[in-house]
Amino acid sequence: MESTRRKFLKIAGISTLGIAGANPVLDAFASEQQHGGEEEQHSQPVEIQKNEKALKAKQWAMVIDTRKFESAADLEPIIEACHKIHNVPDLSEENQRHVINWIWEEEYKHAFPNKAAKFLDERLKHLPFPVLCNHCENPPCVRVCPTKATFKRDDGIVLMDFHRCIGCRFCMAACPYGSRSFNFRDPRPFIEERNPKFPTRMKGVVEKCNFCAERLAVGKMPACAEASDGAIVFGDLYDPESEVRELIGSNYTIRRKQVLGTEPSVYYIV
Amino acid sequence: MNKRMYDKGKILSGLVIFVLIMAFPFGYNIIAKIVTGKAVAAPELILTEKAKAEKECVMSKTDMKSGHMQLLDEWRDHVVRNADRVYVNSKGKAFDMSLSNTCLDCHSNKAEFCDRCHNYASVSPYCWDCHIDNPKEEAKEATE
Repeated sequence: MESTRRKFLKIAGISTLGIAGANPVLDAFASEQQHGGEEEQHSQPVEIQKNEKALKAKQWAMVIDTRKFESAADLEPIIEACHKIHNVPDLSEENQRHVINWIWEEEYKHAFPNKAAKFLDERLKHLPFPVLCNHCENPPCVRVCPTKATFKRDDGIVLMDFHRCIGCRFCMAACPYGSRSFNFRDPRPFIEERNPKFPTRMKGVVEKCNFCAERLAVGKMPACAEASDGAIVFGDLYDPESEVRELIGSNYTIRRKQVLGTEPSVYYIV
Repeated sequence: MNKRMYDKGKILSGLVIFVLIMAFPFGYNIIAKIVTGKAVAAPELILTEKAKAEKECVMSKTDMKSGHMQLLDEWRDHVVRNADRVYVNSKGKAFDMSLSNTCLDCHSNKAEFCDRCHNYASVSPYCWDCHIDNPKEEAKEATE
């Protein structure tokens, strides 16, 4: 059979028509099947909702009353409570650069570098400050994340979706507070006692404090607030009746690197 | 027009060998069936006592078989992004949307339940890199 341009065009045209014609017919069959299946099985539409006890807020915030702390020993139980329930590995003996922290202690001059005075009050000078992710109202880490793995939730919590984190560490560069840690290695062998209710992380993702989102969802206060014996107060920043607003309204509070405009949500009474 | 095929023998024998290699898995199954009298067995899943007692999972068995991965994917987005943690199924029963704490509460035998099928289908989900695969045992060990 000699093929000519004429013949080729004819066949091509008919094939196109055939494909175009078959598609809606196939679709009709497919959708009919799916439809029938759904009707059979779903007696009631599936619903996805919040836990009844879940705590809600417009912007979660924390007030840390550092007047109630005297030494590092006061912070230890707080840090331990947090790191234990969140399966945070302890790499301090392995490699200082691999250490992962959700909440840790910092000297005044490092926590508040633009508030450091030449001759500082002796108490402040030696007081360990608990520092953690500030859950900024204007978080720079969220702006730089290329995969939206870190995002700001409606209740103000800056959260990580570890499923989406590709470990690029842009967020670590963007965060002015050093609140983020990178898993340079598999953290599992360095978790002394795992909390089976909470996942661990894997090698290659960034992690940080989550303001105990998993506890708020079941009506509990963050673990650090609970372990702090009243020194850490947690609540809604935009609820004028809340305990945090009361404390902020009646005390002089400072925030870390406020001049950067990130609007941190962790307030310190000094 | 010249319609001769050059190197006919080489090309055709090459094609036959290619098709044979590509069809090997199918042929293997057929031969295995003839030799042993039955097809290569699909994995048999073992349900724990708790899972048996529940009778039905979050969705019907067929839906779970074909759609548990989509369901888990949806769950994780709702939990992580929107803090919606409760799933009410078509029968009005509520579940906490959690892989380790809800799914593995009944299916606490990951090796005999999840892994068997996943290995057979040659899929390796990376859930367990982070999610703890045997929370019940670990909780027990911790209290002992």
